[in-house]
Amino acid sequence: MSYFKDIYKGIKTLLTGMSITGKYFLNARKGALTQEYPDNRDTLKMFDRFRGEVIMPHDENNEHRCTGCQKCEIACPNGSIEIIWDRQIDPETGKKKKMIDQHIYHLGMCTMCSLCIQACPTDAIKWGQNFENSVYDRSYLTKVLNKSGSKVKAGVED
Amino acid sequence: MIKTIHDWLFSVMPEWAASLTEMVLIAVFYLTLFAVIGLYLVLLERKVAAWFQMRKGPNRVGPWGLFQTMADALKLVTKELTGTTKADKFLYNLAPYFVIVTALVAMSVIPFTQSVQAFDINIGVFFLLAVSSIGVIGILLGGWSSNNKYSLIGAMRSGVQTISYELSVGLSLLTMVLLTGTLQLSEIIANQQEHGWLILQGHIPAIIAFMIFMIAGTAETNRAPFDLVEAESELGAGFHTEYSGMKFAYFFLAEFINMFIIASIAVTIFFGGWLSPFGITEGIIWLQPIWFTVKVVGIIFLMMWFRWTFPRLRIDQLLKLEWKYLLPLNLMNIVIMAIVIWLGWTI
Repeated sequence: MSYFKDIYKGIKTLLTGMSITGKYFLNARKGALTQEYPDNRDTLKMFDRFRGEVIMPHDENNEHRCTGCQKCEIACPNGSIEIIWDRQIDPETGKKKKMIDQHIYHLGMCTMCSLCIQACPTDAIKWGQNFENSVYDRSYLTKVLNKSGSKVKAGVED
Repeated sequence: MIKTIHDWLFSVMPEWAASLTEMVLIAVFYLTLFAVIGLYLVLLERKVAAWFQMRKGPNRVGPWGLFQTMADALKLVTKELTGTTKADKFLYNLAPYFVIVTALVAMSVIPFTQSVQAFDINIGVFFLLAVSSIGVIGILLGGWSSNNKYSLIGAMRSGVQTISYELSVGLSLLTMVLLTGTLQLSEIIANQQEHGWLILQGHIPAIIAFMIFMIAGTAETNRAPFDLVEAESELGAGFHTEYSGMKFAYFFLAEFINMFIIASIAVTIFFGGWLSPFGITEGIIWLQPIWFTVKVVGIIFLMMWFRWTFPRLRIDQLLKLEWKYLLPLNLMNIVIMAIVIWLGWTI
């Protein structure tokens, strides 16, 4: 009798599988997973975990959170980050202080490993969601992350 | 309409010329049908596959991608025909024609409507089975002459598969022939017109026979989950690895036409061919091909549903399914059907 039981079980499991794909078929028009990319360029939003490129967020006063500690530069396994810095006099306290001049990021060398972002003690750098990274010349891939005239936000270094 | 064309041809021409013209016209009609069915089944397959996988499918060429397969065919026609140097050229070139001609011959006996049937012979079902299994010779030739180990393995698997599943197709149709008492397809439909569709007439044994026919028919056409012949992940493309351009397209088209033929047989034998359900539109002749098409598309959809649900079987599982399950069940089913008819339990 186990012969007929096997047949019954087999048919039952096959029908279970077919009902699942059947549900997909009926819902395909509503929940299509396809992103028709160039057409939906304006509305396409990448998911939060997406690693497009490293960015440095600036607030409305053109202030960033980077103190120039160079931990990201040390953490980077393939030298994608270079920080050019010097010591300047802080206008508020009058003391000499390490300040970044340019936070240089080579997108062409970056492997999106996220080690720099994990290493940053002040959360100055983050993953951007931009994925349209192709350019006509390799030199465009070298980016300066801090905007010109920006300065470190007060209180970050404390 | 066909009768008037026939009469008109014989009135304006001498008899030999008229019958020759008629043959040419029928050939052209069937070839056109062949191409249109092939192209649109490929499109349907791609659309249905996309919907099963929550995708959108072809939607760029023409409205809803309707011209996609025509563009593909155009591409295949213009492509260079390449082949291996050590291939057996004669057999290599012959193989696609075997596959496509058998598909075309099998199509000639299918009754599309009451009057559209090119070849109504009294051994219709037997003829269909015989012809549709010749197609495997083309596959074997293609695999053998390509001089490629993957092609050969694919072709040998195809041989094993067709020999095994031919039995189930034959026996499941035989179960239904017990009900009708005739092999002629037009007679089978006439019987159904009188007593109702065979799947209703034969109730339980008929449903079992239909299930076995669908499984074996899917295996006959070498479609997933029985696509060991092509098995992309193991054999490249199986028997047509070395074919390109239009020769590949012949194999590809023949696969879809075979699917159409299996669906047509299922519709003719089990679901009353061009008859409307319970005779609701009986007498309206122009609805006959529409009913036939609707039913065939339904069966084809079922086969596509199989394809995009089930994983591929291993060769030993394939043979086990046939010889240990389908064949004994089929023989039992024939006995049950005979008893049902003997005791007059048909509906």
